[in-house]
Order: sequence, then C-alpha cells, then structure tokens
Amino acid sequence: MIIIKGSVIVNEYFLSLKGICKSFPGVKALDHMDLDIKPGETHALVGENGAGKSTLIKILTGVYQYDEGEMYCQGEKVRFEKPKDAYVLGIACIYQELSLASNMTVTENIFLGRELRRSNGLLDYPKMNKIAQQVIDDLGIEVNVKDLVQAYSMGYRQMIEIARALVADAKLIIMDEPTSSLSEKEVTCLLGKIHKLKEKGIAVVYISHHLEEVMEIADRITVLRDGCKIRDMDKKDTNQDDMIQLMVGREIGEKFPKTPAPLGNVVLRVEGINREGVLDNISFELRSGEVLGFSGLVGAGRTELARAIFGADKIDSGKIFINEKEVKIDSPQDAIEHGIAFLTEDRKGQGLVLMHNIRFNASLSALSRFCKIGVINTKEMCCEVDGLIEQLQLRPGNPLMTTRLLSGGNQQKVVIAKWLCSQSKIFIFDEPTRGIDVGAKVEVYKLINHLAATGVAVIVISSELPEVMGISDRILVMYEGRITAEFNHSEVTPTQIMKAATGGYEQ
Amino acid sequence: MIKDKLMTIKDDSSFVGKTFGVIRKLGSLLGLIGLCAVLTFSSEYFLTLDNIMNIARQSSINCLVALGMLLTILTAGIDLSVGSILALSIVTMGVVVVQLGLSPVVGILICLGVGALFGLINGLLLTKLSLPHPFISTMGTMSIARGLALLVTAALPISNFPPVIRFWGESFIGPIPFSFILVLGVYVLFHIILNYTPMGRHIYAVGGNPEAARLSGINIQNVLLFVYTVSGFMAGLAGLLLVGRVNAAYPLAGLDYSSDAIAAVIIGGASFMGGEGTVWGTLIGAMIMAVLRNGLNILSVSAEMQTVAIGVVIILAVYVDVLRHKAAKKA
Repeated sequence: MIIIKGSVIVNEYFLSLKGICKSFPGVKALDHMDLDIKPGETHALVGENGAGKSTLIKILTGVYQYDEGEMYCQGEKVRFEKPKDAYVLGIACIYQELSLASNMTVTENIFLGRELRRSNGLLDYPKMNKIAQQVIDDLGIEVNVKDLVQAYSMGYRQMIEIARALVADAKLIIMDEPTSSLSEKEVTCLLGKIHKLKEKGIAVVYISHHLEEVMEIADRITVLRDGCKIRDMDKKDTNQDDMIQLMVGREIGEKFPKTPAPLGNVVLRVEGINREGVLDNISFELRSGEVLGFSGLVGAGRTELARAIFGADKIDSGKIFINEKEVKIDSPQDAIEHGIAFLTEDRKGQGLVLMHNIRFNASLSALSRFCKIGVINTKEMCCEVDGLIEQLQLRPGNPLMTTRLLSGGNQQKVVIAKWLCSQSKIFIFDEPTRGIDVGAKVEVYKLINHLAATGVAVIVISSELPEVMGISDRILVMYEGRITAEFNHSEVTPTQIMKAATGGYEQ
Repeated sequence: MIKDKLMTIKDDSSFVGKTFGVIRKLGSLLGLIGLCAVLTFSSEYFLTLDNIMNIARQSSINCLVALGMLLTILTAGIDLSVGSILALSIVTMGVVVVQLGLSPVVGILICLGVGALFGLINGLLLTKLSLPHPFISTMGTMSIARGLALLVTAALPISNFPPVIRFWGESFIGPIPFSFILVLGVYVLFHIILNYTPMGRHIYAVGGNPEAARLSGINIQNVLLFVYTVSGFMAGLAGLLLVGRVNAAYPLAGLDYSSDAIAAVIIGGASFMGGEGTVWGTLIGAMIMAVLRNGLNILSVSAEMQTVAIGVVIILAVYVDVLRHKAAKKA
C-alpha cells in the first residue's frame, strides 16, 4: 500500500473517493466516480445490474486498482495494491457468496489468517474462543463458537462474517447483497445488527436491489448508473420511486434496431412449472417470429426457468407443449430433439469447449445429421459450418481458430452457429450480450432480429432494461420465481418494469 | 477473466502461432527421432532390421493398452485396472481353452469379452454409482480383477496354448511382426472413430467441458460407458498378444501396464485435464518408451537404472509440455 505523505485533506469522512475511473477492454466500468463515507453511517449503493457497483466494491477492497482518481482514508491519500491493504485500514467486505470454511469451527473462521498464538508458537484456542464468543454475544446472536460453521444457516453465517470483521477491528464493513439468500426473519435480524454497528461507530456500505430494505436501513444513498454517480442524497430527501427513476433514467436510443417480424403460431407453451423454492407456477406462450423478453433482477429465477424448459434441471410439476403437443423433456437431448436451443450466459464455462476450434464447437450438437453409416461426412459438415461462419460474419473467419482466442461477441456467434446447425426453432438467450463490447452488441441484436424474421421463436433473458425493452415484442417480468407482470413492447416504461421486478405490484 | 478479455483476436495463422503449432504437433516425434539418432550413434546394432522389428513387437502390447487409456484420459479420466483386466482375461482364456479344452476361437472371444465386461463395470461404477473419480473405481477393479485372476489359476501359470491363439503374438508376415500390423490397423480405426464419428467428437467435448457437452445434448454417461468398455477391451486384446509371445497366461501378468500406458499417452502430448490428445501422439509416446527400453538394453544399462531413466523421461516430457503451454499463452 502506498500512503502518499503530505497530501492530507481534512474532512469528516472515513473514506473519500474522487474522480475514480476504471476501464476494462471495451467497457468503462467506472467513470469519474465520487463517493464519501462518514464514520458510522450506513451508506447504500443502488443501481441496475452493470451500473458499476461490483467494480466499485472491488476497488474499495483492493481487488482491482483504479486507473485514475484519488482515494483518501481518514484524510490520508492512499492507494491499495492488494486486498490486504484495505483490510489493514479497517475495510472489510462480506461477499454474496460467503467466504467461510464450513468444515472449521466458528472461532477458527473468525481468526482465519490472524490466529492468536501462545509464547511457544502454538495456537491459543482458549483466548480465541473467549474473544470470539464475546463478539458473538455482543452482536446478540446465539452461536457457540466451538461449533462447526456448517451447523449454521446462511443467516447465522452472515453474522459470523460480521463478527469476523469486528474482530479484525473493521471501521467500514461492505455488504454486497447480504439479504439475497436470507429468509425474511433473518433479514430483519440482519438489519437490526446493522443498527448495532452504527452505534459502535462502524460505517456500513450496503448494496441491495431491495429498495425497501435500503429505505429502512440507509442514512445516505448513492445512485449509480453506467459507472457514474448520478446523485447522492440523504434518505429523508428521497423515496423508492425517485430512486428507480434515477437508476433507469436514460433514453433508449437507436442502439436497438428492432424490426418486428410477423407472428406465427404458438410454438412453445409452458403451463404451471414449479420447482421448490425456485420457480412458482410459471405459465406463458411463445409464438414463432416473436421475441419474448424476460426481465427481472439477478436471482429472480429466469435462468432457472430457462434451464427447466431445456431439461437441464429437473422440475417438480408443470407441462411443456411444443406446437401444441405436450412433450416430456427430461434432458437437454430431449429439448434439442424438440428444436429448443439454450445459449447460456456463461459462454466460456457452459457454451463452448474452449480448447477446440470453431468447427468443432459449431457442429457439436448436430453431428448425427452429417453421418453416413456412422461416419461423419466431413465435407458436408465443413461446408455447412463454414457457410454459417460466413453468414454470421464471424471474425476471424478461420474455422480452425481456437474458440478460446475469440472475442466475447464472436464466441456468442459460435454458439449461435451451433444451434443454427442443429436446426433449432426456439432460441433461449440468457444474457446474450453479457461481456460483449458495445459495438458487437448491436450485431447480436441484429442476429436476434434476423432469427425472428426467419420464423424462429426467441426468448431473451436480460438484466439490462434498455436491452430487454429494445429488442422484445413482449416482456415478462419475474420476481422471486413468479411472473409478476406482462407488458407490450410499445406501452411500457422502465419504471413499470423496475417496479414489477422489485415486487412493487403483484398481479 | 480480464486476461481472457485482453486476449481478443489472435490468429493461429500468424508466424508464431504456426511455429508453435508445428512444434506442438511434432514435439514428441522430434523426441523420438532424436532418441533414435543418439542410439544409432551409440550402437551399430540399434539400426538393424532385426532390432527395429524387435522394437515393433515389444511395443505392440503397450500400444494397444495405451490406446484404450488415451480414450479415458481424453474424458479427463484414467483407467488403473488395465493390467489386472489383461491378466484376468488371459487366465480365463487359459482355463477355458487349455484346461476345459474348448475351441480356441471361443477362448479368444472370452478373452476379449472379459476385458470389455470389466471395462463396462468400470464405466457403470463411475456413472451409476457416481463414484467421485475413475481413479477410485478403477483402483477397486484393479484389485478385484487381480484377485480373481489368482483365484482362477490357483496362482499358477497356464501354458501350451493352441497355434490359433499363439498366432496373434508370435507370427510374422515377411519380416514384420503380425502384432504390429494389428496395432497399426487398430490405430487407423481409432483415428477414424475419434475424428469422424459423433462418439469420437463427443469424447473430446466431454473431456474439454462436460457442462457445455451436456447442454449441447451429449449423453455423458453413454460416452463414459463406451470409453471404459473400450479400455477394458483393449486390455483383453493386448493380452492375446502377450499370450502369443510367451505362450503362457500367468495371473501376475501386466503388473505395471497401466503406468506404462499412462506414460505413453502423456509423453504423446495428451492433456491430463482431458480434451486434448491424438492417437498418433500416443503411438509415438509408446514407441519412445519401447525405443528407450531397447536402447538401454543394448547399451547394457541395468534394469534398475532403466526404471529410473523411464521415470526421468516421463517427467521431462510433461515438463516440456508445460513450458510449451506457457509459451503459447504468452504468444
């Protein structure tokens, strides 16, 4: 860590960010971001997915280094080179996926990496247990520090994380979507503990999609959009609707070249799909030529719905009709046979075999089509795949190029080629432009339009509001595993979608 | 993540890419040629027709076992049981043909059948019982098959096989051992299977990215069953060659065959992480092992030292591969 001597500013803030910029190739994740956090205040960060919250947290915790700007901690100019630097200054972070070792005791977790030793060098368990229990009791939770962490629910584990931050003498605790996996009761408990932290003079940066929680707990609120600070305000000066307005308030320009295709028959009908705790009685229809958007927050169950329709996950009950005929889909193979294609959000992890070339990947689902007496007719296959590469304008167009080396947009095209090759009629896109450069996004939108124009039925799951509004004919909004609203392309506002996506109105 | 993003478009057809591609493909072949060159200079006997045919004959068993092993390693698995399966296959054949007096053709079918059956069991243990890794399931069957082989024979060797069985391992066509012709035929067949059939492509996909393979509609369980059954079958086939060569089936046959086969596959450039490797690489890997053993014999290096040398070569070969990967990433 570098503490830059001599450049001291006197102010009341524990942490102060001035004009922080951070770029990734093709994306400016943070653009002259300012943030001021007073000691002991609870400061909420709100914004759409992709607004820059996660990047900001990673800069605060030293995981990423900023490109431009200045950062002050208690008036001293600092620059974090690694996560430990932030830790030393008393900045602790509780991530969405908790980072506790569940096979070790609560005490061991609380002191992980900072174990207390006796003079003979061995671990001083009695002392550690005593301190840990004290902090836990102080938080008012019923945990025995000698138990293994795996004995406790997610809510308790969150508290244990907080205890760990307290033992490390944290002055600022960052909580990233802390309530996403908690029950209602646990949420109430957590919010209570945050009040306790406030009394101790510990600042909290609270990131949440749940605006009602934000209104309950925050002292100050900063709204982010497109990597910029839009406004920071005291809670008393704002309300939920204002915040939504600020979060989404942008024009949907010509970034989305929507060309509506003529609608055909219903090709996919889903009736009452249920999966315990994930999907709750989902029904909808999809016509050929239609682009159906699924909006909602991360964790609303959209990906899970797609995986259920595709047979990748088992469902508890519900029916699926293809061309008005009920079908049984137990595996991706069944789904593919019925013409369904699933383009996953995680192309590298689930869509492509990265070490192999474009041809290999593009033909993977359709090999049996090219077989004569069990042997692949390579000529015919290459001819078709190379034609698709041409048609999709894959760059570079060398079919023997390893897919690992392609850009995100071109990787997406390989996956599209794969499903065109297997002659799918229903395309389910999960976050089709995640990790894709701005320019290449438009190309993907055009491809989606093109698919629809050729009579393919398309489902687009997207967390980017402008995207889902720009390319869909119809939009379904999900919240906590349910469909909470349906809108027509022409008659919807971002505010309405956001409201449905945060459980604002339940029909 | 960020690094991946930085590596946007880099064409394989660039000069550096091409050079690395050639070295990658030829790496083990260059090693084999270099080894042969050194041995040619060290001994006049090495580069004689007799000796070369000798190497071809000696390598054929490992060639076949390694081919089955290649398939399992391509799926990011392993088969430790091949040596034991080989032993059980040949002693069963011995019991059936020599002791019970059944037709040698039936004996051959039983030998291959026992191999395939045990391979299938390996596959079923992996897919149906969801054992965490084939290391465990095949380690179990390794012990089971070896134990059965000892039980069946009361730990004694069986000899005096009829010519139809001995033919596979002992006969020559002209100067060329039949066993090596068989090896080449099987390699061509496997080259076609791996590159020109859906099953072959699916094997590479399952090893490269199982989740992507599943979501592409590939039945992973079927692929694994196929792979392990083939591996067992190849052990049975290799057993036939062994019986022909020594005219005996003994229950302790093939003790270190699995490690030899793994070594051949890895020296041949296959990735232990799955998804990468070719039959020709494996063939070269097996030849390197055979040439090394033969050369050290000619130079009268002791058996003990030979074992040490082979270990060194395995580690060197893989280390060269690691360096190559690092260089390719930087380029």
